[in-house]
Amino acid sequence: MSTGASVTTLLPGFADPVADAQATFRAVLDAMSRPGRLMEAGTGLIPPAPVCPAAGAAMLALLDADTPIWLDARFGAARDWIAFHCGAPAADPSRARFGAGLGVPVLDRFDAGTDEAPETGATLIVQVAGLGVGTPYLLRGPGILDATVLRVAGLPLGFVPAWAANRARFPRGIDLLLCAGTRLAALPRSARVDLPDADAEAA
Amino acid sequence: MALLARSSADELAGLLRDVPALPHMTVLRPAQAGSVMVQGRTGGTGQPFNLGEASVARCSVRCGQHVGHAYVLGRDLRHARLAAELDAALQDEALRPGLERHVLTPLAQVQEGRRARRAARAAATKVEFFTLATMRS
Repeated sequence: MSTGASVTTLLPGFADPVADAQATFRAVLDAMSRPGRLMEAGTGLIPPAPVCPAAGAAMLALLDADTPIWLDARFGAARDWIAFHCGAPAADPSRARFGAGLGVPVLDRFDAGTDEAPETGATLIVQVAGLGVGTPYLLRGPGILDATVLRVAGLPLGFVPAWAANRARFPRGIDLLLCAGTRLAALPRSARVDLPDADAEAA
Repeated sequence: MALLARSSADELAGLLRDVPALPHMTVLRPAQAGSVMVQGRTGGTGQPFNLGEASVARCSVRCGQHVGHAYVLGRDLRHARLAAELDAALQDEALRPGLERHVLTPLAQVQEGRRARRAARAAATKVEFFTLATMRS
């Protein structure tokens, strides 16, 4: 029916849409309630390059026609895939309920919700170079007993102060889903992130 | 597409037995059943109103360069899958003539016959309405 270069390269979504979406949703839920814990998501899924399976699965599971999404330029290849499988409209960062891309965008550009309705704050699906490897970050906050270490490769240098600024506006704020390969971890706005060295000095 | 949607899974499968097997299809969206709101027209000006919900099965497949979609009334997932595969195959110039001759033409004949029989039954009970205009001097 419709023709065009993009349609001819359309890739399948979940093999079993209901069960796979529920399993992914469960993984995201567990990751959000236990910040820093690594979850598996998107095994067997082949999203359009360069999107990793975990980020692709998270988008398929979370997006629908009522959730405008902003995709960064490198995730542009996934635009038609998302539109076909989820029907999610594209939006500017300020009006998007979700954002997805390679690396962390500027958090201030996204809607952080309001004090009356903090749940409207955007969720960013961020693909990083690696999870469980790379720079260690010390996490504290709800869902974490004392403290936990999350290793992430590919977060920008200024991430820790940017995240502290995001956390300072609580209950408003942005939530992050970090994805690499088929691994997924979450940084909800309530999580405190420090570099272990800085923490040792403070202690 | 309407021809495929108005047929049935058994009808399509039966007709497909007479043609060479369709090429391999990648399933983009597995057949799934859902409901859609059917809108009707009401009043003299034909404003839309929600008539009710109808069960619909849909499926999308890719056959090489062509993407085939199907939305069929009812919950027959096999029907949606076959209709989507045919939709994709019909976009292929090489396959189209054979499929038109062996699948679409017979389908059209069957459906035209069904429509004509139904119209004939309805015609037997047809009542002509007309209005008498009264002229007053």
